[in-house]
Order: sequence, then structure tokens, then C-alpha cells
Amino acid sequence: MEIAISIILGCCALGAGFAMIAGIGPGIGEGNAVAKACEAIGRQPECKGDVTTTMLMGCAIAETTGLYALVIAILLLFVTPGMFIDILINTIG
Amino acid sequence: MNKKTLGFKLVDMLYIAMMIIPIGFGIALKVLTTPLSEGISIAGAKIYFTLSMPVQNLPITESQVNSAIVIISALFLCLYLTHGIKGGIWLKRHHFAELIVEKSTSLVVNSMGEYFKSFAPFIAAILGLSGFSSLITLFGLFPPTSDINIVAGWAILVFVLITYYKMKCGPIEYAKSFANPVLMAPLNIISEIATPVSMAFRHYGNVLSGSVISVLVAAGLQGLSNIVFGALPGFLGNFPFLQVGLPAILSIYFDIFSGCLQAYIFAMLTMLYISGGFPLELYNERKKKKALKCEI
Repeated sequence: MEIAISIILGCCALGAGFAMIAGIGPGIGEGNAVAKACEAIGRQPECKGDVTTTMLMGCAIAETTGLYALVIAILLLFVTPGMFIDILINTIG
Repeated sequence: MNKKTLGFKLVDMLYIAMMIIPIGFGIALKVLTTPLSEGISIAGAKIYFTLSMPVQNLPITESQVNSAIVIISALFLCLYLTHGIKGGIWLKRHHFAELIVEKSTSLVVNSMGEYFKSFAPFIAAILGLSGFSSLITLFGLFPPTSDINIVAGWAILVFVLITYYKMKCGPIEYAKSFANPVLMAPLNIISEIATPVSMAFRHYGNVLSGSVISVLVAAGLQGLSNIVFGALPGFLGNFPFLQVGLPAILSIYFDIFSGCLQAYIFAMLTMLYISGGFPLELYNERKKKKALKCEI
């Protein structure tokens, strides 16, 4: 019983860690977006406000995949262990 | 220019009191329901009590209560800002109210077009509700935006609006817009469903990750100060010196900047999706045709 619970907890933690590998993608994507925005501001300093708001919007949209991973990781860390352990206790008794 | 009467001042006081009382009520409720022994922990919204309903029980949670607090406070803030604007009484705060109205109207007209000018109050309401809901953490209350149920409710409301504006040219045109290349129809349907899901997750994930990181940093600083200053005698040994002030720097980013930015992004995306989904030219053509038919 204890072994089963510890396997569940460990696998949930591992899964959360693996899910956050998805953080690489938004990092690269947002870095590219900000780099291009900096270039655009350097070329045309007068349209700084427009470029900044557009860049923030784009960053927010690029962030979405990372946030999906984050939500899954948080679910794995805080919600699923309790649920699985409840199921285990109910079935084994 | 009229002068302020005693009644006017009394109503002013009432509005200010009604702005502050709900927040005080929320803080009192939080203090009364949190057990003293509880240390730093990451938990969802507390359930205060459960109402028995015919289909499913309805739990009244901290986030629902806090969003009601935000709504009442924001309502009385609006009433306070515009108080006496029709009576001809000159006050400085009327300029602030006018500024908000002008800015929100110009934002909506710039990003949605002239046709959607009447959307300005709705967008301003979403912006204000979302922003104040995130900023309520400054009073130490649980932010309603870090509960997915609240944000999903807003996202579903926006999704209904998007679908309504896509349907304005009739259901046949709506169905056609999915099967643009016919093979892509399933993917288009999935991307349509993903719109509210991604809007809800984006707002909720950002606010929640901010609060989780601040809690982790606060817990880590407590442990660190126990190690560093633990040898000091008596009260000094238990006092978390490193926790003073340092988490506030994180709070500037996670609570203030990120909260306001997410509110802006949510409102911006609402505008983009609604105006992007509405085929204005087709709608105008159909309107013209209908007008011609009526004349004949």
C-alpha cells in the first residue's frame, strides 16, 4: 500500500516535471518576438507605443502553449495525487 | 454652477463607505475562517458553505464571494466618480470619469471599427472587473481570477458573443465559414472550441502561476532565515527577517503588472475575436439586398 502511494506521488511529480518541458517553446518564441520588436523600435522610434502593445499581445498568445503545460503540471502536483490515492484506498479498502 | 448641499455630501460619504465596507467584510471573513496554526500553503479557494440545489449542490466559495465584493466596490466607485455630473456641480473627479469613457471608446473604435462603438461599456466592464479582481490581492484576499470557474464564466460569455456575431448573416453562412477548404472542417471546429478554453487558461494560468511562485519564494525565504538567524536567542530566532520586504518586489510584477496586463490582454482578445468573426461586408450586402426587396 505504501509502495503504491509512493509510486503514484513520484510519477505525478515526474509527469509535472516532464510537462514543463513545454516551457522551452514559449521562451524561444517570446524571445524572437521581443527581439523583432526591439529591431522595429530601433528602426522607427516614433511607433514605439504601437509596437509595444502589439508585442505584448503576441507574447500573450505565444504563451498559451506554455500555460497549458503549466495548468497540467499544477493539476498533476496538487489535484491528481489525492484523487488517485482516494481511488486506491476505495478499491483496496 | 451649483453648490454642494448637505445631502450631496452625505450621499458621497455613503458611496465611499460602500466602496470600503465590502473589502473590509472580505478581509474579516478571511481572517475569521483561516485557522491560526496554518502555515504557508498552496490551496484553492475555500468553500464557505454548500447550497442544496435540485440537480447538483452549489458550493459558495471564496472566489465567488470575492468577485461579488469586487463588483459591489467597482459599482460604487463608478457611482462616486459620476456623482453630481448631471446636477451641474463641478468636481475634479468628473474629469477622471470622462477620461475613462473617452479612452475606452477610442480603444474600442480603434481596434474593432466604428460599427462596434456600442461595445465600449462592455469592454470597459470586462477590463475593470478583471483588473480589480487581480488587484484585490493587494488587500490580502484570494484573487477570483486565479479560480478557473470565474474566468471560464467570462470566456463562455465572450464565446456566446462571438458565435452571435458570426451567426448574424444566418446559420448557413456560419456553417460555410467552417468548411472553407472542406477537409479542414474538423480542425476548424476544434480551433473554434479552443478559443474560450485558451482565453480562460491564459488568464487563470498567469495569475495562478504568479501566486504559486510568490508563495514558494516566501516559504523558501522563511526556511533560509531559519537557517541563517536560527541561532539568535528567543524571539529573534523565530522571526523571519528575510521575509520582510523581499516578496513585495515579486508582488510588484506578479500582482500589479501581470494582473493589469492580463486584464488588458483579455479585453483585447475579446475585441479581436468579436470583430474578427463578424463578416461586416457580407452583412452590409445582405442588408442592402433586404432593403431593395422591401422597396420592390
